[in-house]
Parts: sequence; structure tokens; C-alpha cells
Amino acid sequence: MNNSAINTARLLGAGLRALLVLTLVTGVLYPLAVTGVAQGLFGNKANGSEITADGRVVGSSLIGQPYDLPSKKGQETPEPDLKWFQGRPANGLGTNSVNTRYKLLLSGATNLAADNKDLVRQVEDAKAAVVEDNSVPGYTVRPSQVPADAVTSSGSGLDPDISPRYADLQVHRVADRNGLSVARVRQLVADHTEGRTLGFIGEPRVNVLELNVALRELVSRS
Amino acid sequence: MTSAATAAGDMGSVLAGVLQLVALVGALALVHVPVGTYMARVYSSEKHLRVERWIYKGIGADPDAQMRWPAYLRGVLAFSAVGVLFLYLLQRLQGVLPGSLHFTSVGPAQSFNTAVSFVTNTNWQSYYGEQTMGHVVQTAGLAVQNFVSAAVGMAVAVALVRGFARSRTGELGNFWADLVRGTLRILLPLSVVAALVLVACGVIQNFSGIHEVGQFMGSSQQWNGGAVASQEAVKELGTNGGGYFNANSAHPFENPTPFSNLFEIFLILVIPFSLTRTFGVMVGSVKQGYAILATMAAIWLGFTALMMWTEFAHHGPALQAAGGALEGKEVRFGVGGSSIFAVATTLTSTGAVDSFHSSFTGLGGGITMLGMQLGEIAPGGTGSGLYGMLIMAVIAVFIAGLMVGRTPEYLGKKIGGREMKLAACYILITPALVLVFTAASMALPTPRHSMLNPGAHGFSEVLYAFTSASNNNGSAFAGLNANTDWFNTMTGLAMLLGRFLPMVFVLALAGSLAGQRPVPMTAGTLRTEKPLFTGLLVGAILIITGLTYFPALALGPLAEGLAS
Repeated sequence: MNNSAINTARLLGAGLRALLVLTLVTGVLYPLAVTGVAQGLFGNKANGSEITADGRVVGSSLIGQPYDLPSKKGQETPEPDLKWFQGRPANGLGTNSVNTRYKLLLSGATNLAADNKDLVRQVEDAKAAVVEDNSVPGYTVRPSQVPADAVTSSGSGLDPDISPRYADLQVHRVADRNGLSVARVRQLVADHTEGRTLGFIGEPRVNVLELNVALRELVSRS
Repeated sequence: MTSAATAAGDMGSVLAGVLQLVALVGALALVHVPVGTYMARVYSSEKHLRVERWIYKGIGADPDAQMRWPAYLRGVLAFSAVGVLFLYLLQRLQGVLPGSLHFTSVGPAQSFNTAVSFVTNTNWQSYYGEQTMGHVVQTAGLAVQNFVSAAVGMAVAVALVRGFARSRTGELGNFWADLVRGTLRILLPLSVVAALVLVACGVIQNFSGIHEVGQFMGSSQQWNGGAVASQEAVKELGTNGGGYFNANSAHPFENPTPFSNLFEIFLILVIPFSLTRTFGVMVGSVKQGYAILATMAAIWLGFTALMMWTEFAHHGPALQAAGGALEGKEVRFGVGGSSIFAVATTLTSTGAVDSFHSSFTGLGGGITMLGMQLGEIAPGGTGSGLYGMLIMAVIAVFIAGLMVGRTPEYLGKKIGGREMKLAACYILITPALVLVFTAASMALPTPRHSMLNPGAHGFSEVLYAFTSASNNNGSAFAGLNANTDWFNTMTGLAMLLGRFLPMVFVLALAGSLAGQRPVPMTAGTLRTEKPLFTGLLVGAILIITGLTYFPALALGPLAEGLAS
């Protein structure tokens, strides 16, 4: 071997040793230490902010989920269960395509462009469905009332929140389906509406799972 | 009030967006001096911590040995080459590694792409994080490169700064010392704090495997656990951007609240902006640092204002039908928080996303692309932003010198033929990579099949992919199916060349500058710490980038934006 080959080998050896040492520090010790502190101080949050109702886990307050009727045979898209508040569309969720022994929840957006005809159709269909589903005797929803979050898919497909406007739009329907007064359901939404953090960070929102858990409790009590 | 603003929510949303930007500026200003000065001390100190001595012993390197530019570069290249190989093997062997959730090994093309992607600080992802990478690859492989690739970028920036600061020596410092200090003294402590703040917001941090979680209507969801917060912190801080989950920072487990969103944007920007202070301190004139800072801040604020304007106006048939630009955006962040994030991530080399750029307005998508095409210098990636901006400063003083017929100088160093050739090579590389790879993809029959959207937007997907890869950003118009042999290989090459060729020229320039004797300042010297120079620099950046990319942008985002 000539000199330059030896030097190169020596240099790569130094690089490898540096990588291994830094892997030990940043890839083993650091995550373990953070995990230890996180589990000790914020156990529930570090494990996914799970919500328990009636003694069983009903999901995470951070992860949106469907509130659909059980699928009938041959049905491609399940029908929403209109008894419950509905979240946003999630047309961009992926399907578990590698390591298919699992049925993992795969986050994702549609990535459709603002001028894509498919997206225009998705939005228009969603709007028509929101209008139809939420119009009950004595209360008709106008298309212009439907807020944007009700007809668009989120970035993650797992958005746990809806806007207060979309929640409000569903109040009459939910009251009707559950035999509750509109005022009572509206109060429930108000109680579960979170404003902007410190008055200016983010947007006002309603957590759909927390709202539905409270709704179920209200229904079972009344 | 325009009808657009009312439809997008209320005037409150616009105001809240602006206030978030103001708060961000305030927070960055608050930490600017302490963080920047601290980093200058880290790279200038002659003392070694005890743990660092052990590490140097382990590496077998003398941290006090000064390196000339070729030696420094060899260190960078050797360390990065080993990094690529290690990460490649880790993925290829995943199937037999313990702690990998029984995930199978990743295929060769995708492993190559991902290894290159994380070592080059790009973090382009052609894979679905939650179904592809197990705990070991994520935490001991990908997250490690989140640290060290950022530390390499900072090391190269510091070497260039030393080139300006030193005279009559070719010595640029010691690569191993800069690498270890950047990791241990800067990134690691900040990441620990940031990770815990993120967990307190709701980001997960556990080592549980894949588990079933009950749902409200019965049945269950299947989740992947993981050390997400610890990776998320350094993902932003090191301007990496590779998400643990496919949805990246839009995923509630990576970015659960409006506050965590603003905090993550802060993390993205804090080191790149503070490095201008480090630069000022190290060259002995903090005013020079402020001139560079002002240039970065002007571009960043301008881009953010434009982005908010176009996103709140929500032009485009689908967004008009919906009544707001919320496709691909989360309710908790809204249009304002998403716009600020999108600009911060594309003006740095981050590439994390809290909303999906492909569904932005046509012009909004164009702004994200143009941000990367500026070379990611406002404020840019950790380290790479500063050296990219200093190269532009060299070019700006050269242009000014041509105008008045004087030999240009910057920080007491002559910008002669050799320096200009190196700077010119630097700014030519990335555009060449972007345009050649994009043209090749469009000319060949099969790569076009990867496009999701028809028309101008489909072209934008490809242009975005190579812009992102060559500039080491990593974000995407994610409709493009990038997990093909063509895109895995070609974006991999674009990332490699886009990272390391510029570094060659930066270090060569640093060596050349460090060897010069300083030129005394005279009445005719261009005052590069003055606002006039900042204006010149902003102009030079926008004109050079504009001329380079206008034709390509006209075919993609401009065509789409003007049609709607």
C-alpha cells in the first residue's frame, strides 16, 4: 500500500470512531435520558395523551378518529354516525404498504394542488354532504355557512380539532339526534372551545374526541 | 377588509398571524446576543472539557493540531462518507437488528437515498416513517445524523469565518474539535431543553412498540411509539427536517399545539440567526454581523409577509370553493402559523413541514421554492446559511467594486481572481444541479409518471424535488412518488453534490483568505457594516436568483398562480 492509501484508511478510521462515539452520546444516552425525564415528569403526554372514558381507552386527545357507523357489506366509504360531532375529512391518509403484518395508522395529506379538479370535486362533495347532514327540521344550513376546515383534509389526516364555526354548525343536528336541547349542546361546545394560546397563538378550536366524550356522558345522564 | 380575509376566518386570524411573527422576532432578538456570543466562545476556546478529551482519545485525533483547508476538507469528507455507509448498513440490516419492531430491511435504492439525505442535512424522505423505520434506525441512526450533519455545517461555517479573521496563516482550526464541540456544547444542551418543552406540550417520548389503542366508536387504532421528542428537538434545531412520522410536524405527536408550533419555528431559526453574532464576534466587529443579520431578516420577513398575503387570499379554484386555504393545514395552526412555518423551513435547510406545500396557493408554493433557490441563506441552515450568505457578500462587494473600479475587499481581505472563481463556482453548482436534473426528469418518459397533479403543478413537483434535494432542504410537493429508482438515485446524487461541492469551494476560499495579509482600511473602502451594503446584498441575492430560476418558475408556480 502506498502512503496516500494508508492515510485515507487512517482518516476513515478516525471518522468511524468519531461517529461511533457520537452515536453513543446522541443516539443512545441522549434519547434514554430524555425518555427517563419525560416519563417521570409528563408520563401521560410522553405516552400519547390517551383519554379514558367509562374505564376504557377511547383514543388520544391529539389524534383525530372517525365517528362512523359500522360499514355495511359492499360499502366502500362508511357513513358518518350523525349522532356524534364529526371531524375533518382525511382523504390523504396512507395505507400500510410495507411491514403489512401491522395495520398502522399512516399520517398524510392529499397533496392535491389548489387547481386540481379532483380536489375541487372533493371540496364540493364534502360541502354538499355537510349541508345535507346538518340541515334538520327548523334549521337549514346554507353553503356559505360551511367553514373551510369542514371540507378540506388536514396536513396529517389526523387533525383532532375542528373550528368553533364547524362545531356550531353541527349543534342542531347533534341536539336533534340525541334528544337534547340546542342550548344545552351549544353550551357543551362552548365549554370545549379552546381560544388562541395567550390570545394570539394558533387558532380557536374544538377537540372532537373530548367533545364527544362529554356528549356521551350528557346523553347517558339525561 | 378584503372579502378574502373574511372568508379565511376573520381579521383576527390575520392579526394573530402577524402577532405570532412579532413574538417570534422578539424571542429571537432576546436570545441573539447570548446564544451567538456563546457559540463564538465555544469555537474560540482553548480549553477542552474532560468528556471531550476522552472522545478525542477515542477518535485518535489531536484537537489542538491546526488544519489547512485540504486537511479540514478531508476530515469533513471522511466523516460524512463513513456516516453514509453506516446509515446505509443500518437500514439494510434492520430486519435482523433487535429493537426494530420486526420491520423488514429497507431496499438498496431507498437506503442509499435516506443515508445520503440525513448525512447531507437534507432529510428528504422517500419513505413513510411510521411504517418503515424501527426504533434503532430512527434513534441511533437518523437522529444521530440530525446532530452531526448540523455540527459539520457549523464547523465549515466557522472555518470560513476563521479565514476572514486570520491572516498570514493557512490554518482554519481543527475539524474534529469543531465537530465535537458543536455537537456537545451547542446542539446537545439546547436539544435536551427543547425536547422536554416539546414533551410538556404533548410530543411523545417512549420506547413502546406498535400497540392498539381503543377508539370512541369501538374498534381500535394502531400506533407506533418512539423517541419522537428527542428527535424532533434536534430536527428543528439542526435545520434537519426529517419527520419521525410521514406527516412530519403536521402530525400531532410531533407538533401538538399552537405553542409547540411557534416553538418549533423558533428552534429552526435560532442557530442560523445567532450565528451572525458568532461571526461578528469572531471577526472582531459585531456590526459586520448585524449587517448580515439585517440582510437575512429583511428577506425572511418579506417572504413571510408575501406568504401570509397569498395564503389568506386563498386563490385557486379548490381553495375558493372551500372558502379558505386549509387543505393540508391543521386547524390548531391555521393559515397564519402554517405560513410562518413554511417560510422558515424553506429559507433554512430544514424542510420540516407543519402543512403541505403542494396544496398551498400557486404563488405560495412558488414562494417556498424561491426561498430554497435563494440558496437557503436567510437565515439558512445551521452553518450552511452563514457560509452561503458570506459567499453572497463576497459577490456583492465584487459587484460594488466593479461599479467604482476598485479592487473589492471584504473584512480587510482582497477579493481577487481566485476568491471570485471560488465564489462563482459556489453559486453555480446548485442551480446547475436543480435545472439539469429537472430537465432530465422531464425529458425522460418514465420519471413523469411519478407526478400526482396534472399540468403546471406536476412540473412544479419535479422542480420542487430537485430544488429541495440540491439545496439540502428536504421538504417536498409530496404528491410526487419519489420512491422510484430514478428519484431515489438522482435526488441522492443531487443531495451529495449539492452539499459537498459547495463545501469544497467554501473551505478553499477560507484557506485563500486566511493566507492573505489584511488590507488597511482607507476612505475608499466599501463600508460593509452599513445599511447601504445590506441593501446591495439583498439586491444581489434577489437578482442573481431571479435571473437563474425565472424561466423554470414561470413554467410551474407562476403559471399556476397567475391562472387562478
